[in-house]
Amino acid sequence: MSLIIDIIISGLISGSVFALLAIGFSLIFGVARIVNIAHTAFYMIAAYCIYFVTHKMGFHPIWGMVAAIALVTLMGLISYKLFIKPIREHEGAVLIATIAMAMAFQEVMSLIFGGSYLSVPSLIKGYFVILGVKVFYQQLLTLCAALIILTVLWVLLMRTKLGLAIRSTAQDREVANLMGINESRVAMMTMGLSVGLAALTGAVVVPLTVLEPHMWMHPLIMMMAVVVLGGLGSLKGSFMGAYILGFAEALVVFLAPMGAFLKGSVALSIMILVLLIRPEGLFGVSFEEER
Amino acid sequence: MDLILFYLRKLFTVLKNEVFVLPSRVAVVLFFLLLLLFPLFTQDPYLLRILTLTSIFAILAASWDLLSGFTGQMNFGHALFFGVGAYGAALLNKYVGIPPWGTIPLGALGAVLAGLVIGIPCLRLRGTYLALTTLAFPVILMGIVFALPGLTGGELGISGIARLAQSRVANYYITVVLMLGLCTIMWKITDSNTGIIFHAIREDELAVRAAGINTTRYKLLAFCLSGFFAGISGGLYAHFMRIAGPSTLEVSMSFQVVIWAIFGGVATIYGPVGAVFILFPLMELLRFWQDYRILMFACIVLLILLYMPDGLFRWLLDKIEKECPRCKIRSVATRKTCRVCTASLD
Repeated sequence: MSLIIDIIISGLISGSVFALLAIGFSLIFGVARIVNIAHTAFYMIAAYCIYFVTHKMGFHPIWGMVAAIALVTLMGLISYKLFIKPIREHEGAVLIATIAMAMAFQEVMSLIFGGSYLSVPSLIKGYFVILGVKVFYQQLLTLCAALIILTVLWVLLMRTKLGLAIRSTAQDREVANLMGINESRVAMMTMGLSVGLAALTGAVVVPLTVLEPHMWMHPLIMMMAVVVLGGLGSLKGSFMGAYILGFAEALVVFLAPMGAFLKGSVALSIMILVLLIRPEGLFGVSFEEER
Repeated sequence: MDLILFYLRKLFTVLKNEVFVLPSRVAVVLFFLLLLLFPLFTQDPYLLRILTLTSIFAILAASWDLLSGFTGQMNFGHALFFGVGAYGAALLNKYVGIPPWGTIPLGALGAVLAGLVIGIPCLRLRGTYLALTTLAFPVILMGIVFALPGLTGGELGISGIARLAQSRVANYYITVVLMLGLCTIMWKITDSNTGIIFHAIREDELAVRAAGINTTRYKLLAFCLSGFFAGISGGLYAHFMRIAGPSTLEVSMSFQVVIWAIFGGVATIYGPVGAVFILFPLMELLRFWQDYRILMFACIVLLILLYMPDGLFRWLLDKIEKECPRCKIRSVATRKTCRVCTASLD
């Protein structure tokens, strides 16, 4: 029984994290056709930023989170302006520019903080017990925060003018431009939104994970799997795909022997199996081939 | 005797009329000569080691280009082929006792199988979907490697494999000659009819299918060919380093290949090879700043891309050579008229 609760909690948390990351990633992909490999590197920077503010400067973690989100969004916009915008027309070049950015961030972090494992104190201490399983308040907090962020994002995308602009640019860049939407400004804002989401994700999840310069790799792979599984550009798909893969990971970790090694393999195999049946992902729309 | 003289004269004419008129061809000839004659000048073990590793990775980068550059099937999991080649060669050598000249081709055949296995589900995907999906395969295999430590050595990998050859110079010549040979073969493939179909698939798959060509078969062929060459480089790596570890399957390995190829210029074969020969020794040069070297590497790649988004060698080629507007034959940029049809070049 306690095993089931463990699985549910861990599945919900990793699912929410993947959902937040994947939605940010597919937003910028949809609007600007940028495959941002550095997306999870921004999540890592946010986590390190909180560590710095709480441990080195001694402020309350809340201030760390605020600083992290502001700083990372700013960094995202600057790096977009400097490195991605000038070469946006060349898809391959954008791809390796973002890979190189991620590598550069990883190295800068390991130069500043070293390669060792670090951790951040949780926002609320303590835990309660259901059916013999310790549930930390921090876990509940992370879960709630993730759900609130997702709701706010949904409102932003579906109920505001900016959301309308983002969605229409994602559907058809040229027509959106003809309708008087400043396409490059929308792309810029989406980049800020997407990177800000990555930073928020880092902020809510950092007390539950360990910090190290390579921490962006695993979420990157899972995030991409989620995006492909749900269907590129489909927010609902990313949401569902994230929980499917999150629970798959949790199940493997708790039930299978050598689970910790196999968790990525099993989750990714599920993705490939789904793709064999539905090549456009769970909720993706199969467009007529673009020519 | 006459025959030899005839071939000599023919060689001379070809050199004079086709090679020495274009700086890029001269550069290729010099590159071949320099690599083949290098051990005559110095036998410094460190330099030989770097060049050997560079050659191995040059095969890998060129094989990525063959698949992703030419057919446009963005493969983000190229480390899979490399890893399968390396682990295949290592397992065969350690447990069956086959010497390197047997294990490397067999490992490459394993990589061809891997190409088929991932090629079949990937045929239905295209563009970004394909890129993101292929990223998953090396990760899956890595999970399996870690889950079977008895067979694969887990995190430590398989060590104690037979040497490629007994001496350093022999190692060097085996890899360099193989590299030059395999890259020439890849270049020939891309220059043949098949290569033209690969180009066409990247540009417009629907049109190719409408022309009555079975694109599925050609895409699978590209996966298999690319897997074969990458598998050979994996096997060479395993036997040269005498270890096949999980680092051959890492995500960063796949990314590295993509960086090399796009840095040099895709769909050229010579681009990725040249890029490896610049970037890999550069990484070694930067080892004096051990802590900063990956950072510097990333910055160099970013800066060069800002000015040459089509890749370094495409940019260079456009600077030193011009294409004749009438007959599409290239001439040196300093010429005013085309070297064949004497049309004005401007």
